[in-house]
Parts: sequence; C-alpha cells; structure tokens
Amino acid sequence: MLTETLGPVLVANRGEIARRIIRTVKRMGLRAIAVHSEADADLPFVREADEAVLIGPANPAQSYLDAAKVLEAARATGARAIHPGYGFLAENAAFARAVVDAGLVWIGPAPEAIDRMGDKINARNLMEDAGVPVAAGTREPVTDLELARKAALDIGYPVMVKTAGGGGGIGMSVAHDEEALAKAFEQAARAAARFAAAAAEGGEGDALAGPAILLERYIERARHVEVQILGLPDGTVVALGERDCSVQRRHQKVVEESPSPGITQELRERMLAAAVRAGEAVGYLGAGTVECLVDADKQDFVFLEMNTRLQVEHPVTELVTGLDLVELQLRVAAGEQPEVRPEVRGHAFEFRVYAEDPKRFLPGPGTITAWAEPAGEGVRVDSGYEEGNTVTPFYDPLMAKLCVHGETRGQALERAREAIAGFTVEGPKNNLPFCAELLDEAEFASGDYDTGLVGRMRGGRA
Amino acid sequence: MAEVRAEMVANVWKVVVKEGDTVSDGDTLVILESMKMEIPVLTEDDGVVTQLKVNEGDVIQEGDLIAVIE
Repeated sequence: MLTETLGPVLVANRGEIARRIIRTVKRMGLRAIAVHSEADADLPFVREADEAVLIGPANPAQSYLDAAKVLEAARATGARAIHPGYGFLAENAAFARAVVDAGLVWIGPAPEAIDRMGDKINARNLMEDAGVPVAAGTREPVTDLELARKAALDIGYPVMVKTAGGGGGIGMSVAHDEEALAKAFEQAARAAARFAAAAAEGGEGDALAGPAILLERYIERARHVEVQILGLPDGTVVALGERDCSVQRRHQKVVEESPSPGITQELRERMLAAAVRAGEAVGYLGAGTVECLVDADKQDFVFLEMNTRLQVEHPVTELVTGLDLVELQLRVAAGEQPEVRPEVRGHAFEFRVYAEDPKRFLPGPGTITAWAEPAGEGVRVDSGYEEGNTVTPFYDPLMAKLCVHGETRGQALERAREAIAGFTVEGPKNNLPFCAELLDEAEFASGDYDTGLVGRMRGGRA
Repeated sequence: MAEVRAEMVANVWKVVVKEGDTVSDGDTLVILESMKMEIPVLTEDDGVVTQLKVNEGDVIQEGDLIAVIE
C-alpha cells in the first residue's frame, strides 16, 4: 500500500485532535510523532504517540504556531508526513509550502487551494464565479469605517462583519444599524490586527497591512449547514453528506448533527452538488468542508466559507457514514484513489464539552480532579484530557467531544441524554449542564431550530 | 473603595487605564485573554483608579487583585 511510504507521521497539533489522529495513524501501522508545548507535557496525546518532541513554551506563537520548530522536529525524528489537524498551522499556506519544500508529505490540500480559500473575500468571489450562491456582500476588502458604512447601506441591514482571515468566531459580529456597525467594525479591525501580528510573528504576512474586513447580508433565523467533501487524486470530488451546526454561542459551534433536520432532500441534493462544484473549482485534494447558511423557511442556501482541513465535528460524519476521515486523508495524501461510496445510516450528534461556565460561557480553566467518560452502544468520546491534567488558559476550551449515533434522531437523542448524565468532569467549569439543558429545550428536540437558539435560551446574552 | 478581582485564570492582554485615572461604572479597566477569548474587565463603580496591580503579559489566577477604585 502506498500509505506505507507516509510513516512516520508527525501530528502538528494538541489535545483531542492530536490524540484522534494518532489513533488512526497507529492503526494503519505507521509511527506517530507528537509535538507539544511545556504546558501540555502530561496530556494523553503526548504519551500515546510513539515519540514526542517538546517544541517550546505554552505560548502557541512559540510552540504550535512556530513553523520552524515543527519542521525541525520532523527532521530530527525522520517524519515523512505532517498532519496539521485543525487550527494552528492547518490553514497556513506558507507552512504547507514549507512542508512540501522540505521533501515531506503535507496531509491536506495543495497550498494554492489553502491560499485561494483561506481569504474569505477571495473565497466568496471564487464561489460566486463558480456558480455557487453567496449572500449579498463586499467583493473587495473593507479597510475603513466610512467604506463599511457605504457597503452596509448597499447591502442593507442587518449585516455580518468579519475578518477575511481567522476563524472560531473571533472578530465576528452582527450590526443592525450604523451605530452597531462602528462597534462591530472596531472589533473586527482589532481581531484582524491580531491575526496579522500573529502571522508576522510566524514569519509570514505583514503586520502593518490594513485590516481586511468583509461585510455580508446577515440572514436572521438561519441554519448553519456544512457539506463534507473529499477531493481525490483523479480530480473528482465526492460529498459525504452534511452536518448541521446551528447550535452556537459567540458564533462558535457547540453541538452538531447529521443529517440536518432542517433541510429537505431536494435542498440537500442541491447543496451537495454545489459543494462538489466548489471543490472542483479549486482543484481540491483531501478532506474539506463547505460551510453554508440555510434559510430554513425559504429552503435556500448561500456559501459562507470553505475550511481546507479536517473539521472539529468530523466524527458525526464518520458515525453516519462508517468512514474514517483521517484514514482517507492519509490515503489520498499518499496518492491512493480510495473507492468512496458514501451511504448515510442513522443519525449522529456531537456535543462539545468546553471548559466554560454553563450560564455565561466564560472560560473556566483548571485542574481536573475527576474525569469519567460515558460508554455504551452508539457512544464515542474523543477527549484530550484525563484526571490529573490541567486545562490551561493558553488554548481553546475544548476538552472532549461526546458523540452519539442512533438508528433515528430520537434514539440518538436518548443515548445523548444518558451519555451526558454519565460524563463526570470535576475541577474546571464545564458546559455539560448546558448540554443537558439543551436536550430539554423543545426547539432543539423538535429539530426546528436556528443559530439564534442559544441566545434565546440565555435571553440574548450568548 | 472597591476591589476588582480576576474571575478566572487568564493572561493580561491589554491594560486600558492607569493609576490616577477617573473611571465610571461600565468602563473597561483591562482586557484579559483566556482560552482564545478576550474578556474585558469592567468597573462597577465610579471613582479613581488608586491601585493597578497587573501589567500586560502577566498571567493571573482566579481571585487575584486587578485594581482598586476609590
């Protein structure tokens, strides 16, 4: 098998995703190499790798985001491929190029595809040109408030203001009027400046470049539905179903499910076809995600952005298709042409277990004094921590992903209820009580919900 | 006199005020960063910042004193 030529595989990430990738790498008979910061030395992914390299202090800029240190670790350990996971360097085209230039296999799409999709303005324009529907919005970077005001009048309020780079909901906000627009623009500009500074620190990009901000028509009561695609070496792209990610706080996902309960089969087929078109338009190779906003009432959708990497919520797709997306990424990166005939069976959910208080969703790092994961039919837990570990303030708050599968949505929900009740986390604040509360929410249980759900549950404060 | 303390472990990302500044209810004193989130720390009192105990780049623990408003 071609994949034998990939090992050892260096996993340039941390926490649950590093652990999850290491699991598949080892199952495929390849050596797995972890890199880690000083703060993460005791985490399970470091121990479970065949070899681990300390690459720097807790500050991500000096460890997980430091391309030179990751490449040096690959050289020192004889790694032949690098899997970036999500976040950190995963969507950094310059890093992908450096990996290829070092003679290593980059487990991800071509650097050019990352470049073209990484900038949200560019991606929007590219998709529009490829015949994929987009929301009314700006085709050029909006560099000052005056331009933003003009653009918002053209588009019509409410508008979504966001940065062309970055992710995780950082710097994103909705403006319903001109006064709110000024605030939203300032917030986005601050986030854009930080992204630029981080890029400059990592040896690429220009910290002094103006903020690249875009405005888009904001769809009220929209669902966030995304399509998992896989680009194959022969240039074809297959769609592996969709995920509904409409349960969000601060524009960041908390719960995902597949199939989406909010789209008809007719809309599903249109979205999957558009995602394939989007992938083929950029010559996409490997796993990627085409994010869309769905107007559930009109049963219509617009392109939001494309993520050129493995997605946090990929397990829901794995549970309903029976595929191992990391294995497919590795095989495609090795030049294999896997035969993929996606068939969706049953229903799956993912609940992100965050270290945050369940009321206001503010960060709650701390030392884990008790940790017991649920088990049972249809239950899968991807976790990054165990008892005795400390969840530090340096990284994102994701501690684990509690995933469930059932023959029907109802059965999956029932299993989720039991699994959440059976998950013990003590020490850091955590949102398991929120997950339980969500299951009791009629709107969520019915499947007829939208991205405003969590905000309504919290009286508009989420 | 009112003490403003940290609600969580965090890095001090930005210090907005300095000792001697006059502030009023709702003003941002410092901006913390924890788990990739910016958390503004606001004063709930009107007065003068008589003590400012943190610097940009500091790592502070839950309960640590950030500022005193008198």
